[in-house]
Amino acid sequence: MNLRLLAQKSLASRRSTAILTIVSIAVSVILLLGVEKVRVNAKSSFANTISGTDLIVGARSGSIQLLLYSVFRIGSATNNISWKSYQHIAQQKGVKWTIPISLGDSHRGFRVMGTSRDYFSVYQYGEKRTLKFTSGKQFEAVFDAVIGSEVAKTLNYSIGDQVIISHGTGSASFTQHKDKPFVISGILEHTGTPVDRTVHVSLAGIEAMHINWNGAVKKRKTSKVVTESNLQPESITAFLVGLDSKIVSFKMQRYINDYAGEPLLAIFPGIALHELWSLMSVAEKALLIISLFVVVAALTGMLAVSLAGLNERRREVAILRSVGASHWHIMGLLITETVLLTMIGIIIGLIMLYSSIWVAQPLIEKNYGLFIPITAPNVRELGMISVLLAASFLVGLVPAYFAYKNSLADGMSVRS
Amino acid sequence: MNEPVSKPTLIRLKKVDFAWHAQAKLTIKSGNLCVEEHEHVFIRGASGSGKSTLLNIIGGIVTPQRGQVEIVGHDFCQLQALQRDRVRADHIGFIFQQFNLIPYLSILENVTLPCRFSKLRRDNAIERSGSVIEEAMYLLNRLYTKGQFSFQRTTSELSVGQQQRVAAARALIGQPQLIIADEPTSSLDYDAREAFMDLLFDELKLSGSTLLYVSHDPTHQHLFNRVADMSVINQQAEVAL
Repeated sequence: MNLRLLAQKSLASRRSTAILTIVSIAVSVILLLGVEKVRVNAKSSFANTISGTDLIVGARSGSIQLLLYSVFRIGSATNNISWKSYQHIAQQKGVKWTIPISLGDSHRGFRVMGTSRDYFSVYQYGEKRTLKFTSGKQFEAVFDAVIGSEVAKTLNYSIGDQVIISHGTGSASFTQHKDKPFVISGILEHTGTPVDRTVHVSLAGIEAMHINWNGAVKKRKTSKVVTESNLQPESITAFLVGLDSKIVSFKMQRYINDYAGEPLLAIFPGIALHELWSLMSVAEKALLIISLFVVVAALTGMLAVSLAGLNERRREVAILRSVGASHWHIMGLLITETVLLTMIGIIIGLIMLYSSIWVAQPLIEKNYGLFIPITAPNVRELGMISVLLAASFLVGLVPAYFAYKNSLADGMSVRS
Repeated sequence: MNEPVSKPTLIRLKKVDFAWHAQAKLTIKSGNLCVEEHEHVFIRGASGSGKSTLLNIIGGIVTPQRGQVEIVGHDFCQLQALQRDRVRADHIGFIFQQFNLIPYLSILENVTLPCRFSKLRRDNAIERSGSVIEEAMYLLNRLYTKGQFSFQRTTSELSVGQQQRVAAARALIGQPQLIIADEPTSSLDYDAREAFMDLLFDELKLSGSTLLYVSHDPTHQHLFNRVADMSVINQQAEVAL
């Protein structure tokens, strides 16, 4: 007995409710798997923000705070590190490279980061990818700036444009370094990391624009001339460390944390990223729970539709019994119907999910820096789909049971 | 009892007591019925005389609390529900008063439905006409005026008389030994009723099936070998008002 054919024809005869049920299942599948895909990719893109760096060193504060300002350009440092301490650690045995980071200024909402030229060759993100230039080159002169792809796109900048850097990090800062405009020397390729939203200048540039400034206040009377000799910074905000070998990283971390010169903090970027992500896991779980409830709502809707139609189908059941159908056939028919609806819902949901990823991919990447690749459902997603199918089977048991009870009472003739 | 060996008994009910619920009044009390092969039996009974209960017992849908039920050689009181379903699928074709057809299936799919549940009837149909579809077409063409309808269409456009013919074709497909008709003509007008009875008896002549015909209307009882009254079969049957 081919129950699928009967179930198919029966559903086709109740087309409108069947379609609505399929749509609700499809929507729940889109939400469930969509949230999962965003979650997984956000997590991996998050973990890929920085790579190849063994330690991040800043003034002593919290590890997440250090990670936030040094890598994500969020918040600010409580304290700086003296140039002397930086030099001292940079010259330790086992240290392969260091990149100084100097923060505190901005350009039209984008953070300005002072760094060394090594940054462009050493800094890595994702799967050990280094920074590349779309156009131009790294900064050479004191007032050269290299901008990230998003800065270039948003502000419509190209090589040779002048930028005025504001003092402080607010997007509407009133104190601007108007006297010392920078010239864009290079534009970086898109990375999907905070680098895209950063204006990079040399440490010398940072020093140069602050000459004749005292803290946040412009000195009006003195006017020192910018020369190479007086551009040695006295302090930096943080620095990244690459080591010769991973084996020494714990030793080096302890050395920096115990450094007597000034209170420093060294963190492993991977561990700090993980800590930061687990802070956000509440939101992640909330999203997952919401999408699970949407699935439950869709299944409940399907159950309601199936039960509501049952009374009208007593005659159909009686006829099937009279031509030889057993109770198992009747129950099988009802279960097949719910599983079939769910399967179609899942397939349509998947098609809609993948086509919307395909359509929205560039938009999401542009607006949120998140790239969602079109990949086959992973084990976890397949597991979710299987659980949904199993749940639809269980949901089908309910109308199946009631149809069984009805048919026990009706036999082959419905008295109505 | 001296039954001829050549005529095996298809239905044998002995002292059958049946109630739909354990506490309810008996619907059938001390029910007795014997139908032999090739017999055409007319059972006369008003509504409320336990007719549909009797048919549910014969169909193996329910089993009585007491008594013996033997259908086509199977002791229904000993069989599991699933086995009784199999006997019903293999050996019995039902025609009811109305609403015989599944609305979402085409005419052809309705007629071939029993062959989905019974391999025996499927094999019989294939043996006779080459395929289940061919057999269904053959029966429909005999019961219908030829080429009147596309049999691929749904049953919703059919008149009640046409629906009953489709139901008859479905009962007959795969040559079940027993045809049970429960007031098959009561929703038809006079002409349609006569035409339907003619067709049914023509088909029975061809297939050699046994007929159990239940009706409150004695108009056609002269066509049958034997007439039995529900009040004789069922001690509990109420006298028709």
